[in-house]
Amino acid sequence: MIAYRAGTPVLVSQFLADARRLVRSIPPCTHVLNACSDRYHFTVGLAAALISGRVSLLPSSQAPRMMQQLGAFAPDAICLTDETDGSIALPRLLDLRQILGASAKYAPAVAAAHAMPQIDAARLAACVFTSGSTGAPLPYRKSFGPLIGCVREGARRLGLARGARWAILATVPPQHMYGFEASVLLALACGHALCAERPFYPADIAAALERVPRPRALVTTPVHLRALLGSGVELPALDLLLCSTAPLAQQLAAEAERRFGARLLEIYGSTETGQVALRRPTHTAEWRLWSGVALELAADGTRARGGHIEQPTLLPDVLEMTGAESFLLHGRVSDLVNIAGKRSSLAHLNYQLNSIPGVEDGAFFHTAESSGSHTGVARVAACVVAPALDAARLTEALRERIDAVFLPRPLLFVARLPRNDTGKLPLAALQSLAAQARSATPA
Amino acid sequence: MSDHQVASLRHAAATADANALSAEVAGLIVQALNLEISPAQIAPDQPLYGEGLGLDSIDILEIALVVSKKYGVQLRADSGENTRIFGSLRQLVEYIITHRTK
Repeated sequence: MIAYRAGTPVLVSQFLADARRLVRSIPPCTHVLNACSDRYHFTVGLAAALISGRVSLLPSSQAPRMMQQLGAFAPDAICLTDETDGSIALPRLLDLRQILGASAKYAPAVAAAHAMPQIDAARLAACVFTSGSTGAPLPYRKSFGPLIGCVREGARRLGLARGARWAILATVPPQHMYGFEASVLLALACGHALCAERPFYPADIAAALERVPRPRALVTTPVHLRALLGSGVELPALDLLLCSTAPLAQQLAAEAERRFGARLLEIYGSTETGQVALRRPTHTAEWRLWSGVALELAADGTRARGGHIEQPTLLPDVLEMTGAESFLLHGRVSDLVNIAGKRSSLAHLNYQLNSIPGVEDGAFFHTAESSGSHTGVARVAACVVAPALDAARLTEALRERIDAVFLPRPLLFVARLPRNDTGKLPLAALQSLAAQARSATPA
Repeated sequence: MSDHQVASLRHAAATADANALSAEVAGLIVQALNLEISPAQIAPDQPLYGEGLGLDSIDILEIALVVSKKYGVQLRADSGENTRIFGSLRQLVEYIITHRTK
């Protein structure tokens, strides 16, 4: 078994038959842009690309701009989709629902004739994209062997390497590195079953969990977890919680473990490196590295290398080594902004802000309360000198340039920025400006 | 009072309730999301998601949480009504009126 679709099991033989059928439908191309939102469709698309020697492109969002840029990155790419709302403006679309629609009629006996495909470990399997600092998406190339090696090491750490077959439900998209590894690859590499749906609301998550047998794991983020625990929805029994993408409050971790009666494990990783460390936040603040992965201090920060990491990679966080295989996390490098798994830098946001006609000066910054925000999501604020613009027009101009999660809250209009003698903007001055504006606003 | 008068009074009362609830929900949204506008600035028919008010999926989850706590309404994406519910403040309020348990 490889998946559950609305609670109904899908056998491996069926999955392979679906993948082969899709291979026959893909016209000549070397890249497959996998934009499927149904996780089973996504996984069939991935397998079809692997079997037929094509590279899967995984967009971090389906914003028209991102899709357009990926289209330019690989003009020959076929886009696999399962939405027909016309939101994807690419010329070569393939709707998996049409291709696989009748696949339930496949007799398993016939399908079983397909041999298990063998994939070369050195094969370039996927390119995962993040928004780069210049606004163009940056590709991170992933070979098949390292991807699988990383996930198998993770499974060992999570207690999912052998024994029972787990049902894995994820609230994160399969195109996001964390969702790709912790749901799709974990199921493929270790014989577990992924749930096709991607539930959003707490009631959806609870219902999707109820539909599959135990043991079951929920792959989620602090934002979804907080909503789930706060919603008043009756929580189904669970055997493992996985959390990643943003710092998880210790209190939330403890409440989640208590109410689900399951372990909560937190994963540290990035698009560049994949998963590299794990901890159980209710037990320790210390992260333990994947075996084979090493950290080294460099002049510009901390680099991760070895194990499944194909290129030594500078990590975007401030880390303190506590042993050869363990470290503490002390937050983001201050210029970086990470909201809901989307990454940018203050420098890039400032560049975009100051490129808007009518903006004389402007700066994004982290507010004092943003790290401990009551919504659990750290937003960024901005101060701007733009006498000819109002908030609506400026926000509209920003929306054309940056991802909506980075739109400033609050957006403060000021007569001039609190620059010091050297022209620099002390964070404290910006934060006190924000605090003044807040207290001046009538409740 | 004639049946017609009763009906029109009921209608007026329901409209007043909806207006009061609309102001209350707008206040909850502004407060929960830390928005830089006053509740009255959310036009009843302005889209909440994407363009319009410019909320993203994290915000929608936050509103869903507040609405579930305050009115006992659990939103479901698989009901297919999701886009409609967050189409505007008016539609969200209508959904709450029909589905509220407290």
